[in-house]
This record gives sequence, C-alpha cells and structure tokens, in this order.
Amino acid sequence: MSVAKSLPHDAAPLHVTGTARYVDDIPLPANTLHLAFGLSEVAHGEIVSVDLDAVWAAPGVITVLTAADLPHENDVSPAPLPEPMLAVDTVHYVGQPIFLVVATSHLAARKAAKLGRIDIKPLPALFSVDEAMAADSRFEDGPRIYSKGDAAQAISQSPHILEGSIEMGGQEHFYLEGQAAAAMPQEGGDMIVYSSTQHPTEIQHKVAHALGTHMNAVRVETRRMGGGFGGKESQGNALAVSCAVAASITGKPCKMRYDRDDDMIITGKRHDFRIDYRVGFDDEGRISGVEFLQLCRCGWSIDLSLPVADRAMLHADNAYAIPNMRVESHRLKTNTQSATAYRGFGGPQGMLGIERVLDHVAHAIGRDPMEVRRLNYYRDMGDTGPGTGQRFGGKHSPNAEDIGPETTHYGMPVEDFVLHGMTEALVEKSDYFRRKAAVSEWNASHATLKKGIALSPVKFGISFTLTHLNQAGALVHVYQDGSIHMNHGGTEMGQGLFQKVAQVAAARFGVGAEQVKITATDTAKVPNTSATAASSGSDLNGMAVQAACDTIRARLASFVAERAGTDPADVRFEDGAVHVGNQALPFEDVVSDAYLARISLSSTGFYATPKVAWDRIKGEGRPFFYFSYGVAVTEVVVDTLTGENRILRADILHDCGASLNPAIDIGQIEGGYVQGAGWLTTEELIWDSEGRLRTHAPSTYKIPACSDRPDIFNVSLWDGENREKTVYRSKAVGEPPFMLGISAHCALSDAVAACGAGYPDLNAPATAEEVLASIGRARS
Amino acid sequence: MQIKFSLNGETVELEAAASRTLLDWLRDDRGLTGTKEGCNEGDCGACTVMVQDETGVRALNACILFLPQIHGKSVRTVEGLTGPGAELHPVQAEMVRHHGSQCGFCTPGFVVSMAVGHTNGRCDHDDVLAGNLCRCTGYAPIIRAAEAAEDAPVPDWISDGPVPCDPLKTAPESADELAEWYAAHPDATLVSGATDVGLWVTKGLRDLGEVAFLNRCRDLQQIEDTGDTLRIGAGVTMATLLPVLRDHHPSYAEMVRRYGSEQVRQAATIGGNIANGSPIGDNPPALIALGAELHLRQDNNRRQIPIEDFFLDYGKQDRQPGEFVEAVTLAKSAPNLRCYKLSKRFDQDISAVLGCFDIGVADGVVASARIAFGGMAGVPTLAHSVIEGLLGEAWSFETIEAVLPRFSDDFTPMSDMRASADYRLKSAQNMLVRYWHEMAGEQVNVLEVRP
Repeated sequence: MSVAKSLPHDAAPLHVTGTARYVDDIPLPANTLHLAFGLSEVAHGEIVSVDLDAVWAAPGVITVLTAADLPHENDVSPAPLPEPMLAVDTVHYVGQPIFLVVATSHLAARKAAKLGRIDIKPLPALFSVDEAMAADSRFEDGPRIYSKGDAAQAISQSPHILEGSIEMGGQEHFYLEGQAAAAMPQEGGDMIVYSSTQHPTEIQHKVAHALGTHMNAVRVETRRMGGGFGGKESQGNALAVSCAVAASITGKPCKMRYDRDDDMIITGKRHDFRIDYRVGFDDEGRISGVEFLQLCRCGWSIDLSLPVADRAMLHADNAYAIPNMRVESHRLKTNTQSATAYRGFGGPQGMLGIERVLDHVAHAIGRDPMEVRRLNYYRDMGDTGPGTGQRFGGKHSPNAEDIGPETTHYGMPVEDFVLHGMTEALVEKSDYFRRKAAVSEWNASHATLKKGIALSPVKFGISFTLTHLNQAGALVHVYQDGSIHMNHGGTEMGQGLFQKVAQVAAARFGVGAEQVKITATDTAKVPNTSATAASSGSDLNGMAVQAACDTIRARLASFVAERAGTDPADVRFEDGAVHVGNQALPFEDVVSDAYLARISLSSTGFYATPKVAWDRIKGEGRPFFYFSYGVAVTEVVVDTLTGENRILRADILHDCGASLNPAIDIGQIEGGYVQGAGWLTTEELIWDSEGRLRTHAPSTYKIPACSDRPDIFNVSLWDGENREKTVYRSKAVGEPPFMLGISAHCALSDAVAACGAGYPDLNAPATAEEVLASIGRARS
Repeated sequence: MQIKFSLNGETVELEAAASRTLLDWLRDDRGLTGTKEGCNEGDCGACTVMVQDETGVRALNACILFLPQIHGKSVRTVEGLTGPGAELHPVQAEMVRHHGSQCGFCTPGFVVSMAVGHTNGRCDHDDVLAGNLCRCTGYAPIIRAAEAAEDAPVPDWISDGPVPCDPLKTAPESADELAEWYAAHPDATLVSGATDVGLWVTKGLRDLGEVAFLNRCRDLQQIEDTGDTLRIGAGVTMATLLPVLRDHHPSYAEMVRRYGSEQVRQAATIGGNIANGSPIGDNPPALIALGAELHLRQDNNRRQIPIEDFFLDYGKQDRQPGEFVEAVTLAKSAPNLRCYKLSKRFDQDISAVLGCFDIGVADGVVASARIAFGGMAGVPTLAHSVIEGLLGEAWSFETIEAVLPRFSDDFTPMSDMRASADYRLKSAQNMLVRYWHEMAGEQVNVLEVRP
C-alpha cells in the first residue's frame, strides 16, 4: 500500500533541477506591469499631505494609486475588523503601505516607490507591551481569562512560592521565497490570480471585495510556496489585491513581489510575549497552582492575533496536570508590524512560559528538571492493554483503579497522553542519565566553557480553534486511461502535503502513488477552503480526498461486482488491480470498461472534523480533536566569557501516530526543531527608538545556518497510532516539532546555572549577549 | 559594454550595462528561472551559480554579480547541472534520495554549491554550504545528500573553460592599466568583488556612474613570499587567501573561514575589504595586530603606510583621488596571534566585535603587544591604552585584570542591532581574558567542543 511509505517529495526532481515553478517564475505576457508600495517612515502620525509628483515622473511609471484611488474596498484584513491596504489619514507603523506604484519593471517600481514625499504629523507611538498596557491600547475590551480551580489560594497554601517573568522575542518567517502574486485580467471583469498563499480562498474573497464583484468572478491558483510557516496565511492579501486592482484598472497583467527588505519591514512576524508567573509547589516540585499573565504584542492591526493569543493560553499547561491555574491574556495594540500566524500560532509562547516555570521550580528545589517535569505530567492514558487494567476511555478490569483522564485548564479531557512512555524511552535512547553526569563532571573541571543538558516535552492541540474552519473539500477524477487527477483545498509550502495526500488517494485505488497527478490548489476546483494552517493539512485534506476516492471506488466496485455476480463488499483494490472473485482485473481496464458503461469517474469529497466544540470567551470545551506529542533532549555548550553558545546534540522522539510518510514526517521534525531552536537563540528582531525595524535582511537577522544544526541529531518516531479516527490513524506534524526547540533554551539555562547559585532567568532569544547577561544573574 | 561568456555550455555575447546583475539577466531576459532571488544581497545563496575560468571552479551569488564580471568566464546555472540526456548530477540525485528539499526554493542554490564543492573534491560541507540558507529542512538531510555524493565521479559535462574574449575598456588587464585609467577618472567606482558595491545597486538603488572592474587585473591577484613577509595583492580573494593563512596564521584563518560565506569569499578581495573602510570589516583588525603595511598607488606614485593609519575616521580613509590599494604586506610568522570574531551566528555573520591579539612575552614580562578591534569604534583601531598598560608588566592574570578598565579609555562603542554598547565593551575585555586562558592552554572555543 502506498501509505506509510517514505516516498520522496513529489516535486523533489523539479526542485533539484530548478524546474519547480513559483509565482515569480510563471511566464507572463511581455506587457506585464510590476508593482511596489511606497511606505511610511513614521510609526504613528496623521498624513498631512502626499506629494507623488516625482513618483509619477519616474521612468517606467504607468500609474500611482493611493487609498482614495481604489475603486472598491480598501481592506486586506483576515479578521472581522478592517485593515486598510493603503493608509487612510493615519499611519500606524514604519513600513505601512501608503501608495502603490505600477510600472513597467520591478526595478522601476521599486525606484519610483522611494520618491514619494509624504508629510506626516507625528503622534505619540506605542512600542512596548508596558507602554501599551499603560495606555490601555488593546484588541478586545479587556483581557481574556481561562481558569481552573483557585490558583491564588492554591499558591498561597503551597510550601514554596516563586515569581518570575520571561520575555520572548518574535520571529521573522524568512520563507526563502518572498511574498508574491500576479493577476491576469479576464473577459467581463473576471480575474485570475496566482498567489504564493496558504489561503487561496481568502485571497479570492479579498480580491472579490476589492474589485466590487463576487467570489465566482475570481479564480485563485497556488501550485506551491517557497515556504510559508504561517507568514503566507494573511500576509499575501495585500499583494494579490494590489495586482488585481492594478490589472483591473490598466487591463494588463500585473505582478508584485516584495524585495526581501520590504518583505521584512512590511509583513507581520511571530508575536513577541512577556509572560509573568507565580507558582506554588511542594518539596518534590509538584505544582499545586500557577498564575500566568501573558502580554502579547499584536502590532497595529488585529490580523490573526486573537486566535494566536488564545492558543498561547491553551498551551500554558503544556504536558502538566496543574490542578489550579489562571491564565490572563492581554492582546496589546502597538505601532509595529501587525504580528501574524507563525508555526505554532501562539502555542510555542504559551509552552515556553510553563517550561520556564518547571525549570525555575526544579532549580529552586535542586532537582533534575526532567524529573520534576515527569512528576507533573498528565496521567498517561497510553498504558493500555493486557496487564494494565486500562483501556482507552476508562477501566477495563473490575479490580482496576477507576482513573479517568485529567482535564486541562479549559476543561478538555486529556485522553491520549503518551509522554510518560515516550520520556522513558527517550531517556534511555539518549543515554540521558550518563550524559547528565558527564555534563556535571565537565562543568566541575572547566572554568570557561560550561555545558548544559535538558529534556522538554510537547503536547500540542490539533484543530483550528475556530471550529468552523475544520472542514475540507476535494475533487478527484479518474480518466478513462486509468490515470488519476487529485485536487484538494490544501496548499503545498514544502511540508509534503501533496505527496502524503496522493499516497492516500493511491492507497484507496490500490495503485502506485506515481499514478496520481498532483495539481495546483485552485478555488475553481474546490471552493470555500480553510487556510493550510494549524498543522491540519493532511488530517483534513487527506480525509476529504479519501472520501472522494471512496465514492468513485464504490461505483467501480458495484460495477465489477454486478458484472461478476458477487457482492461489492468483496471487491478489493490492490497492487494495481481490482480483485473480484478469483479475477485480478487491471485497474486501467476496469476504469475503461466503467467509462463505456457510462459510470461517473469523478467525485468531490468532504470532511468535517468530529467532536470539536469550543467557547473561546468562556474558555470551555473541546477545542482540539486530539493532541500530538514529542520529547527532546538537547545538550549545549556555552562560553562564559562572551556568551557564545551552540547545540552539540539533540535526540528527539516524536509522535506522528501511524505516519503517512515517515521520511516526510522526520523532515518536518528536523526542520521544526532547528527553526524552533533558531527562534530561541540567534533570531533577534530589533526595533530602534523610532519604531524602525533594524533587522530587515539576512545580513542582520540570523536564522540558523548549516553548521548550527546539532552535531549529533537523532530523530525517531514513536510507534503508535492516533486513538482518534484520523486518516490512516496518522497525526498532524507541521507545528508540534517546532516546540521541541524549547529543550535547547532549557539546556542553555542549565549551562548558565552551572556558573553560580542564582537563577539564570534566561530570556529569549538567548543570543550570546543574553546568555552573558544571564551568567551575570547566576553569579550575583 | 559588449561582453562574452559561456552559459550552460553555450557562448553568449551581449551588450551589458555595468550595474545589471547576472541574476536579473538570467531570470528576466534569458527566462532561466531556476536561479532564485531570496534576498538580493548575497546572504542566502538561492541565486548561487557555478563560475569557471582558468583559475578554477567557484560558487558565486548571481544577485550581486554584475554582468561585466563574468566577461570571459563560463557560467553554469542549476539548469546546466543535468547532463545532455537529462541525467541528474550526483548531488541532485542524492538530494532527491535523501529528502533534501522541502519547499524547494533554496534547493537550486544548494545543488549548485554542492556541485561546485563536489567538483573541487570538498568534504567540508558545513563550510561549502554556509552561504546557503534553508528554512525548512534543518540542513540534516542536505548534509546526508552531500556526503552520499562525495565519491561519485565528477560528470564530464560539468567542465567548462575560460572563454576567449577581447579586453574591455572598463576592465583593465593589469595594475598599470588600472593606475593610468583611474588617475584619469578619479571619481569612478572601482569594483573588485562587488560584495559591497553590489548592495549599493540592489538595495541602495544607486546609479554607480563610471565604473572599472578589477577582476581581470591578474597581477593584483598574486601572493608574493618575500621571506619574512607575505605581500598580498589587493585583488586576492578571501577564498584564495584562506589556505595561505592556514599555513601561517591559523587563528586568522579560522576567522576567515567564518568570514562571509564560500560565495562571498570567492568574490570578496582583501583590497576591497580594506579600501572600503568599514568599521566592521574583518581583515583590518587582524592586519593591524600583525603590523601590516599598506601599499597605495596613484598613477605611478606609490606609498606605503602602517595599515592602521589608513583609517582616519568613520567613512574617511587616507586615500587620494585616483589612488587605490595595490597590496598589503604582513609578517609571515606571528605564533601568538589570536583572532576572536563575535557575532550572533557563527557562520556568515558580520562581527559585533572582532578582537585580534598578538602579545609577546619575554622572561615573564610583556615585551610586545598589538591588540586591535573592529566594531568598537568608527574605525578599526589599536587598543592603545590597554597596550600601554600591558607593556613591561608581568604576564599574569593580575595584569590582565588590572588593564581591563583601560578598555573604556580606548573605546566608547555604540549600541545597534548587533550588540549593545555594554556588551561590546564587556566582551572585548573578556576577549583579553580568553586570550590569557588560551595562551595558558585552556580550551576556550565552543566550536572546538564535540559532543
């Protein structure tokens, strides 16, 4: 069967030969026009005057548009609150688009865009979360609060109480392919848009509004992205809308791609957070209560900040059964880029908060943080089967202790917890105890270089927390020659979604994956899709494609069964053949015969995730279908003179359920870990006092390079299946491994703690400078 | 200007504007879209191309490579790596087999860098690929692919030679020609590797005006061993210099290993790094610590100055109109030289602080000391007060501690996106402490620790 096979990415042969086509590679007519935005250089202010004479006069300029020139809606928001594409009256951050240049070349547009003379009367600007809190500058009317039990009382009655705070920076997506879109005007005002987007339906929706037309007049196609990571969930709207509007006005094809610096200055990034905490615990480190204050910097517009901040709250427990918990979340509005979706979608920030608490508690009582983590884990529901007296869902043997699942601080039972077993296995596999002892020995004998080691777990909730998004559609055709054409609403950004889903389609028909043609995501084929986000791509689209295939398969089965006089239920699709009775008919022949017998060989498919129901205001319900799990051990070395540090080794055990493609899943885990570790170490976003982003290119913003990966990097998959009925019992893998990178941060904290008795209070990113500062705290 | 080169085995002649990049030409005019634009400043490697001439095969960033720079050379893009029958190059085949691509956008640049490394028999993959960023894979499968391809033979279709061509008026063939031309055009911009000037065009959107390209001045690319010293021509690339430094100044060489990336070192010249006058160029502090002499030439007038005297003030050098850097002379032996490069990321990052130390001890007393820093002031400079505090004192940890306060006499660093002023000062001080520990035999480099 084609599932569970480590097939290469479907486009790998195209990638390595340079023939995989991205938006900027699509051949367009010679009269194509090119677009660039003129940007605000002021963080907050009133636009007094806009002088575009020099822009108009620049070589190659065809037209220049301001907000007033837009024919219909000036809105690129993915949320109910509007977000103007071009500034109206007021600017809200340095980098906000004010006008749009349409020119004969990309370079001409970029040059002209620098020539606008915008007179802006500055207004007071808010940059930090403290400034925003003081000014009560926020989205939503007040903080969201999710709670369980009485945290304040539990903490006050605890033998030990700690308080602390951790700052964690944002993160630039640094998709290698920058934002890009192109629009081709059609007859009757229709529009075809090519967009590097995770959300073609959103592009279609925003373009239709901008053109004053209906969604049925706009077709959006996305073959692939050169990386997305959440950065192309909403941030491509402005380019696609610009292209469509300019194409509509000029009647010519229009293309827009951001230069890298513009991309980093204009678009949103991961939300930075400060998380303050109070925790009560006993001598063993068992936590009785935690209070979190999550201050989330959202930037100037709402974008996806509310669900991001919600997800941070929903991961404030991570893997720990904390009986009393209170999470208070403030979504703060500042004069900076509008922070947006980024792999993990707030989960990493919430999780780093609780992992810091565990690290701090362990330090305070002088225990191995790994043991304190295990002590506080949710009850393991994975230990089922003979001898345990337990089955999923409750006790099996009448003599067994009646232990049900524990619930999270938002009331969801944790029914699939497997981290006890996974941790045990990884501790052994990674030789944790011996290495922990070796690290201690090293630190006792080395004054300048210190080592650290840490284990951290991940429990990540799978589903969109906005419940209605948990749906997907597919369209499958079987042509009369037996070849299969597969389409679904998911987008390919490198994660291997298309290949995994093609493997599902091939498995349903019992043919090889190479027989399934993978096609570009297209709003004209599958409508009303959700963003490819929340790690949901394979879960949703795999099931939708399976449903479509099964419809066709059932027709074929009935056809051959009737012909052979047997029961359709006895027909099997395997090894490229349709097995009926004693016969094995080639799949192609059956298809060809079915065509002649006038049987439909095309079907849509649809899937809606069961069980999920969530009230985000109350903070109650089941936001997630299930949880994905992982655990990592990281070892690091730190230079105590400069704070320079690096990862020596990482060992990972990750739960993908029954993996659809182990090689692709391992690729997500390796890549996710390195990206997560990058977030917490070298990737630092710096704004100056005027609100200008100073790290707006790879020369100043440092994602991990080749040599930053761990010297020893062991990744393996936990052997298990999803207890929920997902596609072939697999689990989502896109986001969860990102948070395994937290173990690198904890290991750095461990190394710094070897420098002195004080708690390191290590913030993120742990740049060399931050590590040196933290060494100072440990020694004081 | 009319240029001639070979592209994927086919000779191309065209009229090229001086500031037209190879990348733009490949994608926009030639329709070869396999080569990608990731950053347009030479920091991501998505645009890497293979360039060959009589001196060898190298990887270069096409986004900051002006068309006149490839005059007379052969270029292979990702499209030119496959064989005549569409056979995959071994690195391409291994990348597929080892799942080395995910989104695929960085992949063309990676496979070209890998193919160049493969052609040159390189197995130091982390260094070969330091200039190629990948956001998806975490690099592990890419390295597995590079290792798997190591023993495969170099495909015969890969080799190209130089292309016979006529000299260009604005690309002098010798230092003499350059000197004469530049004296007559003192306002022109000299372009050697274009790793900095390239950004004036791609990011600053500047018009360069009159330009001369120096990469055909072979006599500027010589390294002369004079016995006690090495005379390095201004046109010597950092890639050419690296193995020479490994023989004579291993610590300086280790710093150069981290300087830019393979693609940048193959373009960047030592002369350009000096003449540019940047306060954060990595060669000057090392050269100052080595007591190097700079050779300047204007027409036929030559002069020689201690290199530290060249850097007058931020953005201002001791260079007359029409005068250019011809060479730098440095000592061949300095066993006590140590260079410490501090940056957010180890590879391919501009230094926040670069400290270079060469301290001589005789009979337990500091007999000589040259300590120079980059990133601590508007120019690369000696730490005069620290040096003064050390000279004649006992070489002891007490002496080190005693001179640390002198750093703030020498330097008032600034805060920027790379580091705060406090951190710069503190880490500069600690580099002297590190130097003490290193000379005492202690392990002080995290890069040398293995799991």
